[in-house]
Amino acid sequence: MLTGRHLIEPNDLSVNEINEICSLAEQIIVDPLSFQDVCRGKILAALFFEPSTRTRLSFEAAMLRLGGSVEGFADSSSSSTTKGETLADTIRVISSYADIIAMRNPKEGAALLASQYSYCPVINAGDGGHFHPTQTLTDLLTIRQLSGGFENHVVGMCGDLKFGRTVHSLVQALSRYPNNKFIFISPQELQMPDYIVKNVLEPAKISYRVVERLEDAISELDILYMTRVQKERFFNEQDYIRLKDSYILNNEKMKMAKKNMIVLHPLPRVNEIAPEVDNDPRAAYFRQVKYGMYVRMALIAKLTGSL
Amino acid sequence: MLNVDTIKNGLVIDHICAGYGPKIFQWLGLDKAKFSSALIMNVSSKKSGRKDIIKIDNIINIDYSVLGFIDTNITVNIIKDEKIINKIKMQLPDKVENVVKCKNPRCITTTEHYVPQVFRLVDKNEALYRCEYCDSLYKAGKIIELMERVHNE
Repeated sequence: MLTGRHLIEPNDLSVNEINEICSLAEQIIVDPLSFQDVCRGKILAALFFEPSTRTRLSFEAAMLRLGGSVEGFADSSSSSTTKGETLADTIRVISSYADIIAMRNPKEGAALLASQYSYCPVINAGDGGHFHPTQTLTDLLTIRQLSGGFENHVVGMCGDLKFGRTVHSLVQALSRYPNNKFIFISPQELQMPDYIVKNVLEPAKISYRVVERLEDAISELDILYMTRVQKERFFNEQDYIRLKDSYILNNEKMKMAKKNMIVLHPLPRVNEIAPEVDNDPRAAYFRQVKYGMYVRMALIAKLTGSL
Repeated sequence: MLNVDTIKNGLVIDHICAGYGPKIFQWLGLDKAKFSSALIMNVSSKKSGRKDIIKIDNIINIDYSVLGFIDTNITVNIIKDEKIINKIKMQLPDKVENVVKCKNPRCITTTEHYVPQVFRLVDKNEALYRCEYCDSLYKAGKIIELMERVHNE
């Protein structure tokens, strides 16, 4: 039962609940007009204590397409916290007006705190470098739509695997399904943290490999998840110069990939995917954005008890 | 060895890791207590080389979970009529609240000060605790910056 629940971290949802949300999202994709009134009369409060235009607009579009309304703010300067109000009080007040809250806050654990004081469901739209569960749902729906399900994939994660919360959450999410394998493609400085290996992969006996260059793995992949590698994350410039091109996806590397591989990226992209790849049918990152809106529609509809 | 009077009815907190005694003494509020207590530091110990001991001339209620969080080697002897009637060995508690503060500057508890500082045991073998809010991990026994305790008694 998802009605009235909060979504703070991806693991708040069972495998069955993820299926339930993705199935509803797929129904919405097929026939969006049938869902255009399911949240009529309901209000989403989009509380963005730090700017994130993409995520905020995705939530707002999701609620509007369900027939609901939206209130909120796009950065903390227009919230009462600038007057010294506690987050708990802000949430108590706003949850008295709204039917559901989507909140982004730069502090880790802010969403959990909000959920403890809210009178309505809270969706974590990102709490610092901590959790961003609707990005994980977006990734999962994209994989289910374009790769036929959550099982039996060879998944390549490329780029900054150390600080990229989206890759950590996706590894955790896909580790709950049978027969997925991972190839982690990153410079040594930005490798997948030990706790993912120790707490997620090893207990589930999931096979993984670590490589330094995308060229060494791309031909094996069913899914390639790209992230941005920032120069300042490297310990020295020599390594950056030596490796930087390995983490840029271009048509030359795409030639080595399987015909049905899909390329995902949480966006914003900077230069890690060359624009020439955008026209490749395997480039799925802009379709991923749209799936993000559909999965948020399904989530809002479920948590508000509208369906 | 330094001699401190035996106590008739009270507690002896023994096997405290050398150097931790003053923090525990303060955390228990013994510096402000109306009864006698003694903090003995750097006592030689067969087990650990050096240890601290606290003797309290009163049977007071102690949150044993806090002592277990600080150091599972600590023992508390309950003394009645100058005899040890009970010897309590500390264990890692499942949860500690408002004992230590999360040090992650990005944790919500650093700005929302009314939030209780809750840490839960996630790995007994490694004695690892996780901040309930930001998930930062801390090894029990390694953190001795105890929060100031509010004394109601």
